[in-house]
Amino acid sequence: MSNVPADLRYARSHEWVREQPDGTVEVGISDHAQHALGDLVFVEVPVVGRALQAGEACAVVESVKAASDVYAPVAGSVIAVNEALAKAPELINQDPYGAGWIMRLKPSGPLAAAELLGAETYAAVAEAG
Amino acid sequence: MLAAIGAPDIETLFEEIPAALRVRSLAGVPEGLNEQQVMSLMYARARQDGRPLNFIGAGAYEHHIPAAVWAIVARGEFYSAYTPYQAEASQGTLQTIYEYQSMISALTGLQVANASLYDGATAVAEACLMAVRANRKSSAARVLIPRTVHPNYRAVTRAATGGQGLKLEELAYLRASGQTAADALSSYEGQDVTALVIQQPNFFGVLEEVDALTDWAHARGALVIAVVNPISLAVLKPPGSWGQRGADIVVGDGQPLGCPLSSGGPYFGFMATRMDYVRQMPGRIVGRTVDLDGRPGFTLTLQAREQHIRRGKATSNICTNQGLLMIAGTIYCAMMGAAGLERVAQACMARTAQLVGALSRLAGVRSAFGTARFHEAVLLFDRPVAPLLEALAANGIEGGFDLGLHYPELGHALLVCATEARSAADVAAYAQRLSELLKESRVA
Repeated sequence: MSNVPADLRYARSHEWVREQPDGTVEVGISDHAQHALGDLVFVEVPVVGRALQAGEACAVVESVKAASDVYAPVAGSVIAVNEALAKAPELINQDPYGAGWIMRLKPSGPLAAAELLGAETYAAVAEAG
Repeated sequence: MLAAIGAPDIETLFEEIPAALRVRSLAGVPEGLNEQQVMSLMYARARQDGRPLNFIGAGAYEHHIPAAVWAIVARGEFYSAYTPYQAEASQGTLQTIYEYQSMISALTGLQVANASLYDGATAVAEACLMAVRANRKSSAARVLIPRTVHPNYRAVTRAATGGQGLKLEELAYLRASGQTAADALSSYEGQDVTALVIQQPNFFGVLEEVDALTDWAHARGALVIAVVNPISLAVLKPPGSWGQRGADIVVGDGQPLGCPLSSGGPYFGFMATRMDYVRQMPGRIVGRTVDLDGRPGFTLTLQAREQHIRRGKATSNICTNQGLLMIAGTIYCAMMGAAGLERVAQACMARTAQLVGALSRLAGVRSAFGTARFHEAVLLFDRPVAPLLEALAANGIEGGFDLGLHYPELGHALLVCATEARSAADVAAYAQRLSELLKESRVA
């Protein structure tokens, strides 16, 4: 059973979203996703400033056997990326909800309108595979 | 077979193909031949080639190939050169590819090379697509390609990239020098340029000002794609050292390394890049690793970029390498060594200089550009070159490549090449025959 923190919201495509006090959001991939991918060897992050549609492929996480897209869970522009992943992609495996964050977005609309799941619903989605 | 797949007859099998698209008659396709008949047909065709004295380069070069190269390449262990996915069964092939990559890396001065591509033309197209992926500061997908780049490479690149939204824009050259014009670049000041292609030596055999071109591109956020002749790298500055930062992607045709001309192919393409861009590079890469007991071994690596894993988002869907030709190139380089390659390159330069000297002394012929060159040069004639080439061919001399089709603005222009495979006597024979023909034919 993977770790699904209750204070985060999730996309069906396995990204998590953490709302920040200033209205921006932090985005990463779930513990379930990192576990399914296996040891990550490379992470390609988006360019800061890029405007993203919800559901747009914006980052790539690569393990020894697969490379998978990460999708923007909400529409917005990229205001920061986790530069540490360039040298240490394993941070996503070790701490997917903390040091393994991927990017910060400034949402272009109200978050409530975004199609995000609560922890309980996402846990059920992840378990169903 | 029809019974096994449940089709009553051949018409039923093909009925989903619209009738309008089907060829009803096979008129023109001859009856089958047995082995003996095929052999005699092929010998007869091969005799038509004769053994002409070849002074054509234009992207494919006749070099001496030591007999040992193809004796080794033809060994059963190498002859099936398809992708060695099973590392446990393919250590010999994998190590050869690894050695090949190391040689390309050393020749080009860039950190990492792939296991080869189809040919020089498709390698240029792949490099342009790669530059668009790798240059994340640029959103224009605009690649500048000088008219001094091989016309076939430009045509193939246009065909392969046009449907993918890449804008390929051609740059003019200077009539006096045969080099890419700085003026052509200045019109791009302040614009978003993704990459600049530079061929060295260029299609005219002329040396471009690669340092200045490279720095111009880098100062404007564009990547530099170098297109080079591998033999020339034995005497010219490696692209990894062009300008302040060096070229970003290097490609070229590997044919000069141990591959016979053979009616236009098969050849192989090569590609190298900086480690920063390795995940954007198409094609296979072999890496050196260790097994469970710590012994060195070789395996395919970085496969997550490739089509069998990444599907539609793969870095390329043309990533089968030209295994057998690449192995020939590797064995050729290993046999020649760095010093041998340098001797070949210098012999080519000297022989071409001799050829240009001998031909441009004839009345009605002059050298087009005074610029430094490698082993090819443009000659300008006072009359059309096609009839001269025809008359030379009738005398067993392939006199060069008529530039009229691709560069009509140059007038009666001929691209000539003499590699180390031509002797001083060959050059003298060409000059003698051409001199006679020029006296016989009238000026147009």
